[in-house]
Amino acid sequence: MDIIVAALPLLLKGLQVTLYIFVIAIILGFLIGLLVALLRLAPIKILNWIAKVYVDAIRGTPFIVQLFFIYFGVNSLNLISLDSTTAGIITVAINAGAYFAEIIRAGIQSIDKGQTEAARSIGFTGAQTMRYVVLPQAFRRMLPTITNQSIISLKDTSLLSVIGIADLTQQGQIQASATFEAFKVWLAVGVIYFIIIYLLTLIANFIERRVQVR
Amino acid sequence: MSIITVKNLRKSFGTVEVLKDINAEVQEKEVICVIGPSGSGKSTFLRCLNLLEEVTGGEVVINGHDITDPKRKININKVRQEVGMVFQHFNLFPHKTVLENITLGPIKIRATDKAEAGRLALELLDKVGLKEKASSYPGELSGGQKQRVAIARALAMNPKIMLFDEPTSALDPEMVGDVLEVMKQLAKEGMTMVVVTHEMGFAREVGDRVIFMDGGYIVEENEPNELFGNPQHERTKAFLSKVL
Repeated sequence: MDIIVAALPLLLKGLQVTLYIFVIAIILGFLIGLLVALLRLAPIKILNWIAKVYVDAIRGTPFIVQLFFIYFGVNSLNLISLDSTTAGIITVAINAGAYFAEIIRAGIQSIDKGQTEAARSIGFTGAQTMRYVVLPQAFRRMLPTITNQSIISLKDTSLLSVIGIADLTQQGQIQASATFEAFKVWLAVGVIYFIIIYLLTLIANFIERRVQVR
Repeated sequence: MSIITVKNLRKSFGTVEVLKDINAEVQEKEVICVIGPSGSGKSTFLRCLNLLEEVTGGEVVINGHDITDPKRKININKVRQEVGMVFQHFNLFPHKTVLENITLGPIKIRATDKAEAGRLALELLDKVGLKEKASSYPGELSGGQKQRVAIARALAMNPKIMLFDEPTSALDPEMVGDVLEVMKQLAKEGMTMVVVTHEMGFAREVGDRVIFMDGGYIVEENEPNELFGNPQHERTKAFLSKVL
């Protein structure tokens, strides 16, 4: 037990990094997803195509390859220089963005056409209809799937340890090799991830109940 | 001058021609009822009047605005504010209360003050007999109540014309009367109305003119007593003998 107590401050420091990257990346990812979903549904062929290529490319390649592509690949071009944290955030964001795009697209398409017609017949523009009528309803339906994808993305951040980001997993690795207590340390790391994800689920459930359509 | 003018209107969905050369005029304060078998194009005709359907050819002029003119870019959103529409399936916004359903348009489009919009909405709810439902959600209402809210929502934009697309077809029989009563009241107040309906009694009693459509054409139009009592065309006779 004293080994865990000794390791805990560093593990929690790692958790801080994990959460920092997760929060920024998930917000960015969501905005990317919303934009791509709207491009996907826009009445302009070339925009649909761009959105589809992006989604297919991300879904069709492993996360770790995307991470290496951005951190090693893009950096090797010597055009910009991304530090590991920035590269990590970008990778998680564009990865989650592709999945969010599909979730949001499906959510928008699940809203009855009559809702759009009613709003347009009142005199709302297409954008106003999206904002006041379609998206608020679509988001309520999407919440469970959005939560799910957020949890997946949080777990994906553990892969960022391979490019040297000092996240929870990386700190676990350091502690495990420093103490020779791999079993205890990794158990502790697992428990910490579990608690965070459990809290995330509770918050999501709370929001879901609050916004339920009557 | 007529408030709605339709000239040589055509509409196709893919290769299927649903409207073939429709010509019609509606005068201010007139109540026009459109009847006909399903698939005759009457709903499509109505939906062309506020461009919920893109027209394939011809001309639709609403209150002086040629909404089908491809050259002069008419702001269709502006025109739609003057044309209220009531749908068969109500299409209320389920995430908003009854009051919010009615105030959304005035607040967001007309920038009406929230309190003022609320006051107007309550007045309209009173008119349709649902003042006590202001804070309910659409899911808590019966079909007939939903449709009356939908009428109030359309009226909140203070339209010059009201379009009704089979407003009672999705209602339980005992709910139909309440909705028709509201529509009658509206007609009495001088609202210009175009009503696609299967309610022949309503068409007869309230309509100033009845249009009978079949196969994408206006087959016959006349004042209700003439059209129902003395139909001129075989197809009108055949249809009326089935529904009356």
